[in-house]
Amino acid sequence: MTDTTAHDNSGPVLAADGKPLKVSLARALRRQKIRALLLIAPLLLFVLITFIVPIGDMLFRSVENQIVQETLPKTVVALQEWDSEAGTVPEEPVFAALAADMKIAVAEKTHTRLGTRLNYEMNGISSLFRKSGRGVKKWDLANDGPFKDKFIALDKKWADPEVWVTIKANSPKYTPGYFLNAVDMQVSPDGIEARPENQQIYVTLFKRTLMMSLMITGSCILLGYPIAWILANLPMRQANLLMILVLLPFWTSLLVRTSAWKVLLQQQGVINDLLVWIGLVDDANRLVMINNATGTIIAMTHILLPFMILPLYSVMQTIPETYLRAAKSLGATNWTAFWRVYFPQSIPGIGAGSILVFILAIGYYITPELVGGTKGVFISNRIAFHISTSLNWGLAAALGAILLAAVLILYYAYDKIVGIDNVKLG
Amino acid sequence: MSSLPPYATTGQRIWFYAFRVICGCIFFFLIAPILTIIPLSFNAQDFFTFTPEMLKLDPDGYSLKHYRDFFSSSDWQHSFKNSLIIAPIATIVSVSLGTLAAIGLSQSHVPFRRGIMAILISPMIVPLIISATGMFFFYSTLGNWMENSLGMNKNFVGYVKVVLAHSVLGIPFVIITVTATLVGFDRSLTRAAANMGAGPVTTFFRVQMPLILPGVISGALFAFITSFDEVVVVLFVGSAAQKTLPWQMFTGLREQISPTILAVATILVVISVLLLTTLELLRRRSERLRGMSPG
Repeated sequence: MTDTTAHDNSGPVLAADGKPLKVSLARALRRQKIRALLLIAPLLLFVLITFIVPIGDMLFRSVENQIVQETLPKTVVALQEWDSEAGTVPEEPVFAALAADMKIAVAEKTHTRLGTRLNYEMNGISSLFRKSGRGVKKWDLANDGPFKDKFIALDKKWADPEVWVTIKANSPKYTPGYFLNAVDMQVSPDGIEARPENQQIYVTLFKRTLMMSLMITGSCILLGYPIAWILANLPMRQANLLMILVLLPFWTSLLVRTSAWKVLLQQQGVINDLLVWIGLVDDANRLVMINNATGTIIAMTHILLPFMILPLYSVMQTIPETYLRAAKSLGATNWTAFWRVYFPQSIPGIGAGSILVFILAIGYYITPELVGGTKGVFISNRIAFHISTSLNWGLAAALGAILLAAVLILYYAYDKIVGIDNVKLG
Repeated sequence: MSSLPPYATTGQRIWFYAFRVICGCIFFFLIAPILTIIPLSFNAQDFFTFTPEMLKLDPDGYSLKHYRDFFSSSDWQHSFKNSLIIAPIATIVSVSLGTLAAIGLSQSHVPFRRGIMAILISPMIVPLIISATGMFFFYSTLGNWMENSLGMNKNFVGYVKVVLAHSVLGIPFVIITVTATLVGFDRSLTRAAANMGAGPVTTFFRVQMPLILPGVISGALFAFITSFDEVVVVLFVGSAAQKTLPWQMFTGLREQISPTILAVATILVVISVLLLTTLELLRRRSERLRGMSPG
């Protein structure tokens, strides 16, 4: 008896069922973890499949380039021997391979797609492929050789080494081409270089998106700060009433607010009518406030202002009013008390609000599209253009990937400053 | 700063009132655009500005013409119906999955909590245009597969795609509001229920659910308004048969802007006022309930 008691004292503590307490606790904890994960699992799977996978698919498309290899497999192999820097046209075996590949491609009607794809790299290839496709259809592969002269007879472009350089440069499965294009660069026989001046649009567009987002963020700070201050310093009852004026626009449909601005800012709209009536503006030269950068900035400041006011307000609420009074009783002027005591404490609110507004602004599509005209559009409008109009999906994906990277960096900063758990709504 | 002390100097007085005027102007900037379109929607003419008759408050200057247009045009009615089909279904999907996950996330020991949270919140962070681009590629493949391999109706597949896309966009809002409500939830209540012999399902529906209901409903309202307002994703994922109200407004604004849009906008403003009121009432109720249960 004494033996076992001594053994028990030195050994592990036992639970009621005789198993060591540590093991039982670990098992209970494990069960709790599994239960929590089981509750989360359906949603996690849902978000992964319907959201994360599509985004990954888009990122993959920005480098994917299998179309050349899939459509012209034999040509790609034959081209490996050819020296692209020699400045000469490839020899007969390459043309024979091209004829064989084209024959299959024409039957499957994939050659026009390839032409469209290569046209992004070099203008005119699209028509070259379409034209050659019609010619190749009539050829007999076994007897009609040699093909080099026949191809050149079909279209003189086949004698242009540049065409072959483009085909060879795009034969790998993955390409940096879309990303280079997205920053106004291209691959040429001499390596990576800037695109011709008249084709450079994306760097300008990225710069404009950043500049306009910064201006919108700046005007949101300017307009939001006094509002947040007055909301935080008024008695509860009045503040709640005024809060409705902030929350109502926040809850109103984005399209309603955009249409309101479209109606107000028009040349025959309410604001211009009012200015003419007051006499500030002459009836003949009414202000142009829409379909340009001004329109985008006014409308987007209005739309994003609540996102600045709400975080600022919640930070300002925590700053005790007594600090300002203390500063003044120590001899500070109103301005010093505000600038040296109050303002530094409200900076976290400015930071949170600014990042939020900036993240939302750089990805905006609807409002710039409707009130931006040509001078007030963002990079997102270009992405939408490539998806639905020009069908250059790889470029759209590359532009999207760059934008996404920028947003994720900002989001990381937001998480460090504010913490994603502290996001509050309403 | 809420009132002026009696010893204030003239400069302070001027600044005090000037500051109020500035704030008044900003509040005006916030609310005026929304308030202006409401009277304009009753315009008897097809103008986007106040006609002289309207300014004279002449009843002839006002009419319900644009509202009649909205209710009689098949385009508008079709898109309105689509919105009323898609938004509730998307809300149900995101609320049911989101509430379960929020309960899981609020347990004390969740491995990889931060990582999971980041993934679940991501649909709110990623700009809509990027989500739309990604979904455009993915859902067209998915749609083709559903039509060809599963032999589903093309129209039905279109709705499924839009509903799935909208539910995933609403999920972050449900997660955020429900986890916020669960912070104030007293865990001993579920333990007490289990102690008295209730199974996990009974405990959930009879004890936990009624208490977190305000959070769930406000999450649902957010999810609903997200879907009801959404235009970018539906523009990319849906086809003409799934045209929603915001889509119709978007095309209307881009092509030929007709005053019917103002009538639609006014109706939508009324809907958001109703939603805002519901949300405020729920918040008050939730605060009251939280005051009652300790912890």
